[in-house]
Amino acid sequence: MKDIKPAILLFIIFTIICGGIYPLLVTGIAQAVFPRQANGSLVTDTNGKVVGSSLIGQPFSDPKYFWPRPSATAEFSYNPAASGGSNAGPTNPAYLRTVGERVKALRDTGVTGPVPADLVQASASGLDPHISPEAALLQIPRVARARGIDREKLHKIVNDSIEDRQFGFIGSPRVNVLVLNLELARL
Amino acid sequence: MNPYELLQTIVFFITLLVLIKPLGSYMARIFQGERTFLSPIMTPCENLVYRISGVNPEDEMGWRRYAGAMLLFNLALFVSLFVMLLTQHLLPLNPQKVPPFTWQLALNTAISFTTNTNWQAYVGEQAVSYFTQMAGLAVHNFVSAATGLVIAIAVIRGFVRRKTSQLGNFWVDLTRCTLYILLPISMIFSLVLVSQGVIQNFSAYRNLPLVQSTSYDKPKLDDKGAPLKDAKGNPVVESVPVKEVQIPMGPVASQEAIKELGTNGGGFFNANSAHPFENPTPLSNFIEILLILLIPGALTYTFGVMVGNTRQGWALLGVMLLILITAFAVLQWAESSGNPLVVKQGIQSINMEGKEVRNGLAGSNLFTVATTGTSCGAVNSMHDSLTPLGGMVPLSLILLGEIIFGGVGSGLYTMLAFAIIAVFVSGLMIGRTPEYLGKKIEVREMWMSILVILTAGVTVLILSGIAMITPTAVASMANPGAHGLSEVLYGLASVSNNNGSAFAGLNANVNFYNLLGSLAMTLGRYVPAIAVLAMAGSLAEKKFIPPSLGTLPTDKAPFALWLTLVILIVGALTFFPALALGPIVEHLMMVS
Repeated sequence: MKDIKPAILLFIIFTIICGGIYPLLVTGIAQAVFPRQANGSLVTDTNGKVVGSSLIGQPFSDPKYFWPRPSATAEFSYNPAASGGSNAGPTNPAYLRTVGERVKALRDTGVTGPVPADLVQASASGLDPHISPEAALLQIPRVARARGIDREKLHKIVNDSIEDRQFGFIGSPRVNVLVLNLELARL
Repeated sequence: MNPYELLQTIVFFITLLVLIKPLGSYMARIFQGERTFLSPIMTPCENLVYRISGVNPEDEMGWRRYAGAMLLFNLALFVSLFVMLLTQHLLPLNPQKVPPFTWQLALNTAISFTTNTNWQAYVGEQAVSYFTQMAGLAVHNFVSAATGLVIAIAVIRGFVRRKTSQLGNFWVDLTRCTLYILLPISMIFSLVLVSQGVIQNFSAYRNLPLVQSTSYDKPKLDDKGAPLKDAKGNPVVESVPVKEVQIPMGPVASQEAIKELGTNGGGFFNANSAHPFENPTPLSNFIEILLILLIPGALTYTFGVMVGNTRQGWALLGVMLLILITAFAVLQWAESSGNPLVVKQGIQSINMEGKEVRNGLAGSNLFTVATTGTSCGAVNSMHDSLTPLGGMVPLSLILLGEIIFGGVGSGLYTMLAFAIIAVFVSGLMIGRTPEYLGKKIEVREMWMSILVILTAGVTVLILSGIAMITPTAVASMANPGAHGLSEVLYGLASVSNNNGSAFAGLNANVNFYNLLGSLAMTLGRYVPAIAVLAMAGSLAEKKFIPPSLGTLPTDKAPFALWLTLVILIVGALTFFPALALGPIVEHLMMVS
């Protein structure tokens, strides 16, 4: 039983090192070197007001905005205080009905052809800030109509907003919905 | 799979393989007490730790004392976290004023983090204070991983040492593992993660306005708190406008790095590594997958170095890679084929439910096989929403016993138990004396290996049986039919094998899962751990038998293939009936 003392003391020492010194050191360096990222990559509108984080999606539903992916967070879509997915199983009838309703809502805005999966299937976090480039391009006619602006012009803005795969090959190309919508507000 | 995804996957595995040798030999030096480039900084810290805690680093331990020290230390971990969870409202660094856990949930969570499982039956951003995250959960992430790793080292010493009962000093191994391996790597990668956008601060949650405000329907309650109903019996709802939202903050990056590196998997947020603040870019995703596989992979090389033949380590790594890459291919196929019930509604044929756009299919699927092949259990996609055969892939990787890279340390020692079984069975078939790494395999080794392999499997099957006849356990299912069975089976497999991921629709915060889950996690962690230490004790006392013509070479491809077969056959014999009733039935329903 001579190991009881080291068990308790080592536990306390590791709590101080791993639970105190380590996170404080990381916080100190992170705040000094990467302050924007460490504090949530906040974005501002044209007036300099903070309007969200470029990493956290928002529930746009007005036709004049680009729409994000469906979100299954509690209470309301894109609730950052309750991240999570739908956890719907692939044969769940209620889930299949929901997807059908989402497709219909898109068709009602004049969308034809196959619908990009990301636009009708909810993300894992419920906060996905991105949609696929196809999902953005497909919304151009609606947004152009609602804003009364030229489609070609809008097409260029969307194309410019596409983020490529990182280093050209990691991940997927994508469009940040909040950033794109803030871009539209500058028009 | 498009060419970019193929390239990403190939680059990933090359990066992993390139890192295995340097890290593996570094870890061997650490546990053989040699000097390394970190010694000038760390040796004074190390000596100070021994002086304060009264550890004599020269003191060697037999297997019983080594196991006893491990258990005492883990008991201290459990008790402290249990108390912390019950009293977090009284402790500092709680800007959101989160309340204490119930005792059942605190018990489950404390065992979960002590056993390196990180099963989470709570919502991180709503239930846990910064103090608990940092001084509780993050500390457990370090030392539970270190516990697994040093047990594996003691087992390797059992093979290496001759005619001794000594396996090393648990306190020294634990200290060196934490100071020289886990802390420096976590330090570097947490900063890399911050550069990608993972947050690291102590601010209170921020209220930010929405660009376009929204609203939601909330059921109206009467004075007693019961939902109001209208004349037709429908609930009365009121529309609540939402003009601003609350964005959670916290020291995430420091926890994220060790969460992956230590194959812990407990997310800061409910969405775990799918949350953009935990895993914001494709590169952060790439790094997190790498961190999950890094130590378990490198440990095979450490094993090779310590037993004096690195090909022994490569053989085990080959088995792991073979099964992991096959699993990835099956999952990638299933998810890119999509869900026919969704596709026929006019949708592109890939399954994006529960996945994030930035990670793409390959980045999600590689994470999924890495996190379930190891006992990590972090997720960057929701496994519950995978296609049936897709979902069977992570489930099967867990059921194989967490050996495909496996948990930090626990993966290797469980794999060694499988290797012993494989040697024994082949010995029976070809009439050779079973020997592994120059040690004769006898009754005691066989008993212990079987205990290691069967504990989790038996626990899963018995508990799943009990769950199916328990109304509250069944009521926790989120999806109807065969998928509900998959949810329960996955959950119990996850706790019994110390993985921690879930088919997360399952409502796990009920007494049934909290309490039986606690039991399963405890058995799944400590029965195999004690069994392998007992085996190491008996192996260390044996003499070394030099290889002869009659010895089965265990460092060559034929043995690796044989070992793969043994693993797959044991897994299939144990679990095929259960898998047939869950994912396979659901697949047939989906395509018919």
